[in-house]
Amino acid sequence: MAIKFSEQKLLEVQALISHYPEGKEKSALIPLLHLAQDEFGGWLDAPVMDYVAELLNILPIEVYEVATFYSMFNTKPVGKYLLEVCRTGPCMLNGSDEMIEYIKEKLGISEGETTPDGLFTLKPAECLGACGYAPMMQLGKTYREHLTKEKVDQLIAELRGK
Amino acid sequence: MAKKILLENDHIEGIRYYDTYRKNGGYRAAEKAFKMSPADIVEEVKKSGLRGRGGAGFPTGMKWSFLAKPEGVPRHLVCNADESEPGTFKDRYLMEFHPHLFIEGLLISSFALGSNATYVYIRGEYAWIPDILEQAIAEAKNNGWLGKNILGSGFDCEIYVHRGAGAYICGEETALIESLEGKRGNPRMKPPFPAIQGVWMRPTVVNNVETLAAVVPIINLGGDEYAKIGVGKSTGTKLLSVCGNVNKPGVYEIDMTCTVEEFIYSDEYCGGIPKGRKLKACIPGGSSVPILPANLLLKTAKGEARYMNYESLSDGGFATGSMMGSGGFIVLDDAQCVVRHTMTLARFYNHESCGQCSPCREGTGWMYKILKNLEYGKGKMSDIDLLWDIQRRIEGNTICPLGDAAAWPVAAAIRHFRDEFEWHVNNPEESQTRNFGLAHYADPIHVPASA
Repeated sequence: MAIKFSEQKLLEVQALISHYPEGKEKSALIPLLHLAQDEFGGWLDAPVMDYVAELLNILPIEVYEVATFYSMFNTKPVGKYLLEVCRTGPCMLNGSDEMIEYIKEKLGISEGETTPDGLFTLKPAECLGACGYAPMMQLGKTYREHLTKEKVDQLIAELRGK
Repeated sequence: MAKKILLENDHIEGIRYYDTYRKNGGYRAAEKAFKMSPADIVEEVKKSGLRGRGGAGFPTGMKWSFLAKPEGVPRHLVCNADESEPGTFKDRYLMEFHPHLFIEGLLISSFALGSNATYVYIRGEYAWIPDILEQAIAEAKNNGWLGKNILGSGFDCEIYVHRGAGAYICGEETALIESLEGKRGNPRMKPPFPAIQGVWMRPTVVNNVETLAAVVPIINLGGDEYAKIGVGKSTGTKLLSVCGNVNKPGVYEIDMTCTVEEFIYSDEYCGGIPKGRKLKACIPGGSSVPILPANLLLKTAKGEARYMNYESLSDGGFATGSMMGSGGFIVLDDAQCVVRHTMTLARFYNHESCGQCSPCREGTGWMYKILKNLEYGKGKMSDIDLLWDIQRRIEGNTICPLGDAAAWPVAAAIRHFRDEFEWHVNNPEESQTRNFGLAHYADPIHVPASA
């Protein structure tokens, strides 16, 4: 797979860069890494990061140090669906530990692992700002809140069917 | 019924969209503001007594007046929408359901500060909210509220939404600025303060979402009228996000005049504790502020009722009080274990430490390790003192307040719940099968008679 954004995505890249003052294009790095991660398989391989460096005319190391700092950037491959279940205080009070155990058992994987079919990765997360709607998980761009075992069953069946 | 000024239109369907917002009095404050001078707007905000709603509670008007204005150097307003403090989700609510109120606040504040390019730094996980904000920005722009020469004033303003990527530390204003520049979120040494050299070394004001939204009612009502709402130095209204063991978790607007007891038990707010359980403890202002046992939460050490405002919540200092913080109200019932809860918070701060300062980088991991041992029945009595010692050595010894934020919850848990920690050490097996329960944490406090 050649690592290159489509023409349309490149327009988006230019629009993002234009938000920042001239000479400060590096500011678009995090937004560009989000685009790249969505576009190139859900994680940031070194050649992808090098490509982003090229787009912003910065050194690859400047991209690596940022990509490894922020928890939303995956520097290793992940499954098609990344289940990020919050487990910090407020979610814990509402049974997030039980929810994580249930997902582990149901999918037969441990924290941080991916199912053999490459569909699901389970990643316990720290506070995602949905404390009043706990327990919850992040799935792609959306939050799944007020989780129950039944809802988890439903969600996994739905994603498997896609 | 408490006065609502931020969420007063919460019940109106479609308030998220421009036409409905405008029809219900939206952008009236902006019209008024553009007839005022920027200096007068800053003056109104000063008069209002508005305090930063992100957690520190610093007077907003004063912060604005510190902004340097060198000739020929652009200035920027940056909105801190990184909301990551465990227990806090009020800014999310404002942005998701009242985007135009937020944008109107941003616009007036940008005009007051002279920011032609204003940035909203939003936490990356709130991935669907930038779409809502961008749609609202486009609507505002189509109606002449953003772009060039707004209302014929000669003032230009663009608002850009910038997504973060999952780092609690970026809620600290200098880390946020570093991140906005495309770097790791390592906080900067101060001085220079952002008001002098902030983003791209230009003068910058960083304000929380709720703070900027509050500028709208301040302009509508006038600073003096706004200051009449609330009590003492806690002026205006405050959004609280409630979570944990309550019947009605969610976001509430309070005018800071109700007691903590009313807030927890009244149907207007939290609606009491579910399943007939009892209140054991509460963190009233986001995970970083001290946890209080039920008795000290509802009454101060002097035996007086505690109120939901900045002064009353901090009555007694850290010895017997807590803080309003970011308004993340976390309630624990008598089935919860304070040791386990503190362990999850220690894990959080360990995960979120940027690694720049050794007391925080090493200390947070060490505290998590010890708390894990205590929670899983492998702790020693000396561990409790060791924990106390570590948190003391972190507090005040780091560049940014994350160190303090990691130390305080551990300190308060030991200060008020030492019995529970000791019980874990003395009953390693039993503590794996049941919790310590309510114990004496709701007992009336003995108030010494005054001499």
